[in-house]
Amino acid sequence: MSEAAQAALLDARLERGQVDGLLTGYSTTFPHLMLATVFAEHFGLRPAYAHALQVGGATGFAMVMLAHLLVDSGAAQRVLVVAGENRLTGQSRDAAVQVLAQVGHPEYEVPLGATIPAYYGLVASRWIYERALDAGSRAPDDADSLHWQRELAELAVLMRRHAAGHPGAQFREPIGLEDVMASKAVASPLKLLDCCPVSDGAAAFVVSRSRGDGHAVRIAGTGQAHTHQHISAAPSLVRYGAAESMARAAAAAGFGPRHCRYAAVYDSFTITLAILLEELGLAPAGEAGRCAREGEFSAGGRLPLNTHGGLLSYGHCGVGGAMAHLAEAHLQLTGRAGERQCGQPERAVLHGDGGVLSSHVSLLLAREG
Amino acid sequence: MSEEPRDWTRGAEGIAFQRCSGCGHAWYFRRSFCPACGAPEPRAVQASGAGRVHAVTEVARAPSEALRARAPYCIALVDADEGFRLMAHVERGTHIGDRVQARFLEFGGRPVPVFFKANP
Repeated sequence: MSEAAQAALLDARLERGQVDGLLTGYSTTFPHLMLATVFAEHFGLRPAYAHALQVGGATGFAMVMLAHLLVDSGAAQRVLVVAGENRLTGQSRDAAVQVLAQVGHPEYEVPLGATIPAYYGLVASRWIYERALDAGSRAPDDADSLHWQRELAELAVLMRRHAAGHPGAQFREPIGLEDVMASKAVASPLKLLDCCPVSDGAAAFVVSRSRGDGHAVRIAGTGQAHTHQHISAAPSLVRYGAAESMARAAAAAGFGPRHCRYAAVYDSFTITLAILLEELGLAPAGEAGRCAREGEFSAGGRLPLNTHGGLLSYGHCGVGGAMAHLAEAHLQLTGRAGERQCGQPERAVLHGDGGVLSSHVSLLLAREG
Repeated sequence: MSEEPRDWTRGAEGIAFQRCSGCGHAWYFRRSFCPACGAPEPRAVQASGAGRVHAVTEVARAPSEALRARAPYCIALVDADEGFRLMAHVERGTHIGDRVQARFLEFGGRPVPVFFKANP
């Protein structure tokens, strides 16, 4: 976290003393009642405003939204947003799986042996069923399921291809569709390569009231929506809160996702990415896989997506995982993504979710004039 | 007062849900008020155990060493006939849309609802 925070300050050309606000996420390997002040003391900050925040995978973007609101209100001038943990090396894999399973209901879901992949497996099964019905199947069968599993697999292949261009990515060796399809079963219809890994990492940003000397982008609009916590209680397995959240961000920004030429969308599983892309209108229903296959989400395509490789291949270190999506969007908007640079995008659309598509946060960013 | 319905989350073989006496809303997770209208003292009701499969997954990797020997097992979201949705185990080979009926089998040291395909 300190390394990421230092890098963010350097990039923004700021000294520690110029930061008067601090937001941190949570850490599964270092749980603490007061993580923000622990970090402030350690890093050497005496902020006027500081606390931690937790909304699962949506935490990173929720912190950026709050920092935006804080500087907009004048409660702080410059807010440091930072998160990170050694989720891979700081605990056993079983411990990681068990901590994350607590996203489920302790009395009604967890005792059934449900896991995060199981919750998303349920979501994916219904998505496949609905898409097969849309495509004309009367009683979706195993052949339909395989077809739509391959469509989801396209997204894993794309994320791996993108990760190959990032030296910091956890997985860079190319994979093909058949590799995804042949990977180990986890929670049907999801296989190992449909799932993001557990990773180490950190990320940090500075959100300022006024533009400084460093590389900057403008936060044009932010929004949230929260529809449920547990998948058993989700109002729908077809529509989640993504569109509602994005509509709020678009109302604030004065532009929406379709005006954007770069997208950063949460991809904890291939199904997460497919559902979010569809609900946000970034891909027609059932066509996220086709869009990926046909290059629409590649660097030279209509809407470059997660060019760092996403959670699926760049990695997922917890709160810092989705923040890497924003770090990459920042590089793209400021023209610093090197070989991954996708022209000169003016606007970017970002969306994250936490829980089981429970908590949604949308960000719309614009290049500074 | 009628007796409390049997509830697998409390170690008994049964599925309990709650219904609001005011607005009629039905829900699954136990609480002391109606989450739709806020009315107090909801009725606890015994579910018939009949329903339809809404989503289903086969879990190949269990979350703990204790449950590993039981994998793979199938988990589903089932729409109960009484108008609430619950998570439970289902028999292997069950598909979305199937009519199902609950039985209770031991899992992790307690009875859990396992839905089997109902005879059409």
